[in-house]
Amino acid sequence: MKRKYKAYIYVTLRPSVLDPAGTAIQSGLEHMGYGTVEQVRIGKYIELILSAANEKTAQEQVDRMCGQMLANPVIENYRFDLVEVSVEMGV
Amino acid sequence: MFGVVVFPGSNCDRDVAYVTRDLLDQPTRMVWHEETDISDLDVVIIPGGFSYGDYLRCGAIARFSPVMQQVVRHAQQGKFVLGICNGFQVLTEAGLLPGALIRNRDLHFICDRVSIKVERTNLPWTQIYSPGQVITLPIAHGEGQFYADGDTLSQLEANGQVLFRYQGDNSNGSVNNIAGICNLQGNILGMMPHPERASDPMLGGTDGLKLFQGLLEKVGAIA
Repeated sequence: MKRKYKAYIYVTLRPSVLDPAGTAIQSGLEHMGYGTVEQVRIGKYIELILSAANEKTAQEQVDRMCGQMLANPVIENYRFDLVEVSVEMGV
Repeated sequence: MFGVVVFPGSNCDRDVAYVTRDLLDQPTRMVWHEETDISDLDVVIIPGGFSYGDYLRCGAIARFSPVMQQVVRHAQQGKFVLGICNGFQVLTEAGLLPGALIRNRDLHFICDRVSIKVERTNLPWTQIYSPGQVITLPIAHGEGQFYADGDTLSQLEANGQVLFRYQGDNSNGSVNNIAGICNLQGNILGMMPHPERASDPMLGGTDGLKLFQGLLEKVGAIA
């Protein structure tokens, strides 16, 4: 029987890649008085629901999706959490 | 035969076709992104625009369209592939060219005419230019900052794969001022500047036309 899983995917810029938008936000925060902020990096957060026979298969599928499309390994890293959900749950 | 790929969101496709069909008088057809047979083409051009709305990353979704599998095969056969602007982004996403195009250093969308140095002239793309020639081409992009890690970059430089470099002002922040690169074999070229927008004298410059003419000399010699 197929189970449903929800993946919480975090895509982040590799440390070597400049993030001009992050730098702009950092400077905005400084202007607001948050002088304690040392670094801002902007990434992406993606949620998706998929069906799979078991958690291992779901892990493998999401890993492939991230490697092939959701993240670009040239500039980005990714990680994700996987939770089994009841069949009725939407995104 | 020239083929110009059209994705949902492409917007320089007709400009490119105008150059090859109307200015150079060459057979040219538009190639819809769902096509699966492009074996009639000698040259595939992936034009500028915002394919699939640039969702996720520029070129990330276009890369998985049916036509791109054929473009990869076309390239593997040693035939010519040119990616301009968004087309360059698609080629890097598809792994046909190394590196990536990321957000411009100063975050602004840049629409300008810039000086570009032609680094190498022993490839069809640049054979009509003179070595070291500085030409003027339009750029129009928000994500044109070329990025590659140190190893990739030194390989690109050592192999002479950098064909075009920003001269003077490198406003998007590209590493090593890179504006256009080719693959090792030299049959795939990706560039952020728009040669098709500098081909008709009516538009105020014709420095881009030589790229298409050089290519045509080569393709004509094969056919």
